[in-house]
Amino acid sequence: MFLRLVLRNALRHKLRTALTVLGLVVAILAFGLLATVVDAWYAGAEGASATRLITRNAISLVFPLPTTYREKLRGVDGVTDITTSNWFGGVYITEKNFFPQFAVDGESYFRVYPEFVIRDAEYKSFMRNRKGAIVGRKLADTYGWKVGDVVPLRGTIYAGNWAFEVEAIYDGRDAKTDTSQFFFHWAYLNETVKRQMPRRADTVGVYIVNIADPGRAAELSMGIDEQFRNSLAETLTETEKAFQLGFVSMTEAIVVAIRVVSYLVIFIIMAVMANTMAMSARERLSEYATLKALGFLPRRIGSLVFGESLMIAAIGGSLGVALTFPVAAKFGQAMGSLFPVFNVSPETVLLQAACATTIAVVAAIVPAIKASRVRIAEGLRAVG
Amino acid sequence: MTDVIVRIRGLAKSYRRGGQSVPVLEDLDLDIRSGDFLALMGPSGSGKSTLLNLIAGIDKPDRGTLEVEGVDITRLGESDLARWRASHVGFIFQFYNLLPVLTALENVELPLVLTSLGRRERRERAELALSMVGLSDRVKHYPSELSGGQQQRVAIARAIITDPTLLVADEPTGDLDRVSAGEILDLIGRLNSELGKTIIMVTHDQRAAERAHSIVNLEKGALVRAT
Repeated sequence: MFLRLVLRNALRHKLRTALTVLGLVVAILAFGLLATVVDAWYAGAEGASATRLITRNAISLVFPLPTTYREKLRGVDGVTDITTSNWFGGVYITEKNFFPQFAVDGESYFRVYPEFVIRDAEYKSFMRNRKGAIVGRKLADTYGWKVGDVVPLRGTIYAGNWAFEVEAIYDGRDAKTDTSQFFFHWAYLNETVKRQMPRRADTVGVYIVNIADPGRAAELSMGIDEQFRNSLAETLTETEKAFQLGFVSMTEAIVVAIRVVSYLVIFIIMAVMANTMAMSARERLSEYATLKALGFLPRRIGSLVFGESLMIAAIGGSLGVALTFPVAAKFGQAMGSLFPVFNVSPETVLLQAACATTIAVVAAIVPAIKASRVRIAEGLRAVG
Repeated sequence: MTDVIVRIRGLAKSYRRGGQSVPVLEDLDLDIRSGDFLALMGPSGSGKSTLLNLIAGIDKPDRGTLEVEGVDITRLGESDLARWRASHVGFIFQFYNLLPVLTALENVELPLVLTSLGRRERRERAELALSMVGLSDRVKHYPSELSGGQQQRVAIARAIITDPTLLVADEPTGDLDRVSAGEILDLIGRLNSELGKTIIMVTHDQRAAERAHSIVNLEKGALVRAT
């Protein structure tokens, strides 16, 4: 009987309830999407491995490191593997087709990054073709590339027109893996650089150092940097996560703004919901007074209001959460490679549910107290 | 019929209005016998509704005692008083006060939700109560689908469903046409004569009051005449 009363009260003003539910759906959906955008911002850092260190030029990332460092790094106790990576920065047809391109040591790179899953036959084809490229599944889907296609890139850092042949398409080991990257042979890059800009030859952007024990990351980082102190190119070594967070920190103001907006949305719908509940409770004062006269205790009257608020929030919240998945999928597609990983996390769903519950509870507090405290004699007079 | 069921001594009640205390009832003494049908009359502001509210336990006096079946209800806390009302008082209001989202049957069943009865037994009792007021064919109707007289019958069924000690009626015919009012008064009269219910009814209507066994007139918060 209690639940029936709550349900029928919630549906008494169908338009008002429908509009409130719609507002909740939009708010919870917007909150979920914005939280997913923030997650996407941190996806690189979240997907980072604890066993990988990044060694770069201490002055700036734009300055390279000599390839001769590789053997010295290999000699550091605790280092299990090493690979290299160079930011290429090419343009595919127009500037708006942005995606990250790296010249890598194909032999070691995919050993250090086991999360990039490649078919053996395709990997072998890539290794045989000096102009070969490995592209992520999301990137290939975005531009409709398939194995055998030629991808022309206009160099910006490394001038000239470049052409790469797609030899392999990699998939992610899990949902957190970025599959929007483009890899090709560093050796091919170096050959060209040697001819055109000999001074920039035999250098790499960063070293990626695999270590056996993540607990020694700080010690090994200091040890590596110590080794290259007072050299021509001093190094700065940090964990992959710290390296990725360094990029995020450059845009932290945007992340903060997104977070503020997402909570503002929740605050606004909370005010709307509180108004709805207050209106409903005010209209029903005589009914609450009647229930009290019949012997219902104040807490039971209050729980009627809370129940109604929770029911509306549950409907709106559930719809909002359910819609977040397809909308986020579309949004992620529309964003292309801007957000390589754009997945709604379980934490986001939990946050959405927590927000919907908080909205329901906060919105109902004052109306519930008023309803439970209604003086019977006065409340009954509210009729007619 | 001769036992005193309600014993009121030195009852006083005042309200604050504009920072001033306005007395509504002053040192009122009254005995109501079990099985009585009492009409409370008086001009507006005479304190008759306030007296009814105090007897029904929905308001508290400033001083005095009010015993119902030997229990001084002025000493009961809010929760105990609510429980006492649930089992001892049946309410009949001028504007019926039915919950619009519940059917006639559900409205009648409502007070039984506070008891330990199972759903099936509650339903059976509610159906019986509705048949007693002649509304067996309206159990699934919502209040908005019923006439005023029918709504008041539902309210009366709700009032008797818990078999209360007292039935309090505040202007029960005040919102009804003459024919419907007559039918409701007949019904209330039968509850008194056939079921032996003690009924206290506030009314402005002399014809309604004449259905009662005794009439108490109030004026400026004092008992001026009892017949």
